Amino acid sequence: MSVDSVFVHKMWNDNELTKMVKGGIPYPMLSDGGGKVGTVFGIYDEGAGVENRGRFIIDPDGVIQAYEVLTPPVGRRVAETLRQIQAFQLVRQTKGAEATPSGWQPGKPTLKPGPDLVGKVWEVWKTSMESD
Amino acid sequence: MPEKAKVGCARPTGGVVGQAETPQEKQTPQTVQEVKKMIQVGKPAPDFVSPAYYKGEFVSVKLSEYLGKWVVLCFYPGDFTFV
Repeated sequence: MSVDSVFVHKMWNDNELTKMVKGGIPYPMLSDGGGKVGTVFGIYDEGAGVENRGRFIIDPDGVIQAYEVLTPPVGRRVAETLRQIQAFQLVRQTKGAEATPSGWQPGKPTLKPGPDLVGKVWEVWKTSMESD
Repeated sequence: MPEKAKVGCARPTGGVVGQAETPQEKQTPQTVQEVKKMIQVGKPAPDFVSPAYYKGEFVSVKLSEYLGKWVVLCFYPGDFTFV
């Protein structure tokens, strides 16, 4: 979603993005002229008249689980967004019985929060697990 | 002839064409008086409806139509910009 009109979205998609992505963008390209929706989400820059680089993960109940906002010059990292979605899906699936520790990737160990784990996280999670 | 100027954002200067700028209306942004509440995680997303371009068509998209699915909503500054 940007403040650009649907016409500009069409031109940008059809003339540039189709050269980057086969078939063009497979998702709706939303138009937020005047930044009204961006304002409600807290990421519209009134002075500049554009949206900041905000990204929101919304679960199937419509609840915002995560968001990340960057100023325009720096791009996102898609792998991180996908990692977060998978983590939230795991938590949702286990109804909160499992949580994902720092550096979690799919397939890596999760934590099972509860009284037994208090003060014993060091036994099940090592700092080296953050990046291996 | 207009000079080659550093490209910036459109902004009214605070005066009528031909008149000197009135001193009260400055370029500096005023401090925001009201407290803006930050968007919260763990709370429902604000619903909205917006026009969109999707697979060759102009459509209308409503966020609540996606209930039951995971949604990634990405905002970005502008088409044809660089990042």
